[in-house]
Amino acid sequence: MFARTHELHKRRLSRNVGVGLCLLGFVVLMFGLTVVKVTNGDPMQGFDHVLRPEMIPAEEN
Amino acid sequence: MTDASADIQNYEPTFGDYFALLKPRVMSLVIFTALVGMLVAPVPVHPIIGFAAILFIAIGAGASGALNMWWDADIDAVMRRTAKRPVPSGRVGADEALALGVALSGLSVVMLALATNLLAAALLAFTIFFYIVVYTMWLKRLTPQNIVIGGAAGAFPPMIGWVAATGSLSVEAFAMFALIFFWTPPHFWALALFMKTDYHDAGVPMLTVTHGRRVTRNQIFTYSAVLAAVSLATGLTTLGGPAYWTAAILLNAWMMFGAFRIWRRGEAEAEGDGYKVEKKFFRFTLSYLFLLFAAFFVDALLTRLGAI
Repeated sequence: MFARTHELHKRRLSRNVGVGLCLLGFVVLMFGLTVVKVTNGDPMQGFDHVLRPEMIPAEEN
Repeated sequence: MTDASADIQNYEPTFGDYFALLKPRVMSLVIFTALVGMLVAPVPVHPIIGFAAILFIAIGAGASGALNMWWDADIDAVMRRTAKRPVPSGRVGADEALALGVALSGLSVVMLALATNLLAAALLAFTIFFYIVVYTMWLKRLTPQNIVIGGAAGAFPPMIGWVAATGSLSVEAFAMFALIFFWTPPHFWALALFMKTDYHDAGVPMLTVTHGRRVTRNQIFTYSAVLAAVSLATGLTTLGGPAYWTAAILLNAWMMFGAFRIWRRGEAEAEGDGYKVEKKFFRFTLSYLFLLFAAFFVDALLTRLGAI
């Protein structure tokens, strides 16, 4: 059972909706940026559970 | 407790109050100049990356605005022009302005680095540092050249836009910087001439307060002449084209005419007509910058379409 809407929630409604929309926009933008960067093949590197070539010691000639 | 103070204590800040901390009007100029800086660069930018870059540059500028309102709440409260801002009017606490400013500064710099490149992000970080620490905290209340120095902060956005696209600095980026840098003093000193007592009441050492109004009129004329020279020289870089040259010649002629009229007249005459010439000049300087940057864009578009 949800608590009844307090008067405070009404007063803060515009703020909460605004912050929510900003966060949603940010998520969408991040997704778009990721898609563009991946499809463009920009230089990038994962750091978890991936091979990082520069960490491998150079072989002696 | 008076009714008014009780009202302000119970007041719940709206989203718009926080947005007002970001100085949306200043932000719009930042967005426009940064966008032009990016679009005239010779390297095309993917629309989504371009949108993200402009957004984060704008957020960085907004963060500077919030930090500026946090630090300057005392003088904003005294000046008529700024007394209704969220912090001096009591709608938002100064600590909240500080928190929002710091958080958005960090966010904008990191995100600009991820979306574009490190140099652009470093320039944005430097701009915020320069505007807050060098201008707002240090020089604004210390020297009558505050506007000249503060102008540098406003001059960075097109440079950051250019660097976001190209990844490097070049003479064109510096030319756009110089244009806004030399535009700022005549713009704000014209404002200071007709906002007569505001800066004086707030104890900000505006040129009008420290050196008098005659010197301010001379300086407006001098800086306008330097601005004209800089904007014509900018036409010699790759930014210049038929649209820019046409705009630059007409706008600078008008600018010099306005600056000459301000220089020629004295206080008695200005008082007589309610600072008509100064107000007109102030409004014109806004169009001046807008039209010059629009002309950069038109020339870049013409070049890309193969028309020139």
